[in-house]
Amino acid sequence: MLELRNVSYQVQDDNNLKEIIKNVSFKTEQRFVAITGPNGGGKSTLAKLIAGIITPTEGQIFLDGEDITHKTVTERAQMGISYAFQQPVRFKGITVKDLITLAAGKNISTTEACAYLSEVGLCAREYINREVNASLSGGELKRIEIAMIMARGTKLSVFDEPEAGIDLWSFQSLIRVFENMHEKSGGSILIISHQERILNIADEILVIANGELKNRGKKEDILPDLLCENAGCKTLLSKMDK
Amino acid sequence: MDAIQKTLLEQVAGLHEIPTGAYNIRTNGGLAGRNTTANIDIITKEDKPGIDIIIKPGTKNESLHIPVLLTQTGLKESVYNDFVIGEDCDVTIIAGCGIHNGGKEGTEHSGIHSFVVGANSKVKYVEKHYGSGEGTGERIMNPVTIIELKEGAYMEMDTVQIEGVDSTKRVTNAKLGDKATLVIKEKIMTHDNQVAETDFTVDLDGEDCGANVISRSVAKDHSRQLFLSKINGNNRCNGHTECDAIIMDEASVRAVPEITANHIDASLIHEAAIGKIAGEQLIKLMTLGLTEEEAEAQIVNGFLK
Repeated sequence: MLELRNVSYQVQDDNNLKEIIKNVSFKTEQRFVAITGPNGGGKSTLAKLIAGIITPTEGQIFLDGEDITHKTVTERAQMGISYAFQQPVRFKGITVKDLITLAAGKNISTTEACAYLSEVGLCAREYINREVNASLSGGELKRIEIAMIMARGTKLSVFDEPEAGIDLWSFQSLIRVFENMHEKSGGSILIISHQERILNIADEILVIANGELKNRGKKEDILPDLLCENAGCKTLLSKMDK
Repeated sequence: MDAIQKTLLEQVAGLHEIPTGAYNIRTNGGLAGRNTTANIDIITKEDKPGIDIIIKPGTKNESLHIPVLLTQTGLKESVYNDFVIGEDCDVTIIAGCGIHNGGKEGTEHSGIHSFVVGANSKVKYVEKHYGSGEGTGERIMNPVTIIELKEGAYMEMDTVQIEGVDSTKRVTNAKLGDKATLVIKEKIMTHDNQVAETDFTVDLDGEDCGANVISRSVAKDHSRQLFLSKINGNNRCNGHTECDAIIMDEASVRAVPEITANHIDASLIHEAAIGKIAGEQLIKLMTLGLTEEEAEAQIVNGFLK
């Protein structure tokens, strides 16, 4: 279980202190938690704080009750946090098989590595020995990134907009990937997304805007508000109710 | 052959025992073993140190090993090896030099290799350089490779220097005939105070010939590297040169690619990139549970694989 307690994150910006995350507190008790909200609202920063890539300027982060605020990226990874980048990284010379093997943390057979690729909709035979370099498209990299998180099978997996850039691949199969991952790893999933269909399968939705936790709750309570945030939509809805 | 020489042999030629096919093993300036075949002849030069290698036309699927091993501190030698490869051949040539210097004096090997590759022949030339030994004496290698490709010939040169060579100046000059193709893949890693200089010149003289010169290198500690690559397009041809380097610590890397088109249908490209390991690459591998040092080693190994 992940807990953030009064977490803030500030950066120095042209001699001004800019607060990107403002006093955010929450506990994730559900298996599938989605974080949503407008662009620039602080969602990705929150993911980086959880993975340990940046450290909060105030507040604490706990994993299963243990304070991990000052643990390094490596320590958090070893404790069971996985983090899928919004923009996956390319590596010259390192193959898809190498990365999946590193993610699994042990030597795995080609068949095992291929199984992860197949689950994210990539033809394993075509990809397993490819270099993770500029020859792969953004969408292919995103799927490989998801396959790596599956190979890790940790207790907490954080995904930063996994659907972005994934084309010609139905969201239904993406959702199935997340369901499978939960079944196999028994871990929980924290997913940053703008996609209604992903929010729809979440047990809980957190809304982050302007660096603050604006709202949280079950999808039934959060989704209608989110989808009709502008005034025109609300007027229309009220008319329809009548 | 002693244990040190056997280790060197394994490093530079991947050999655990005497190879099959033709070979010529040179240790500390003398001949340690030679085998010729019906198609590959090896003759000792009389005017200077070195050998002539003559490969008969039509020789297919044969290999030739010519490793050079130096374990005697202070030894300095220049060796001239001339390869004449007939038409329609398909052969693999594995050269390589290993120096183990346990003493105070510098040990130096300069291998001057010239290749004439006959029409429509295919040659794979593999060259590995390796140094070891606790001595303070420098391990120096200055290979020169001169290549002439006749019509339709294809040559791939894989040259690797991963560790232990204190100073190297590597010069490669090639001339290509009609429809000939040359592919050069260089991998270099330098550390401590090592110095490595490579200098490629390729003359694309023939119609529809092509060359691809690719160098990947990693410079660590206080080491210095210089990469020079000149491609001259003198006919309808394709040329590509690429230098990609990772710089670490206090190292220095200089890349000077040069392309010259002397013909309207010469198509030439050069690319050069030098940079440190990207922070996001390290972080990605750290999110998989690797330490920063382990992540760095993975990235370097992958880059030079």
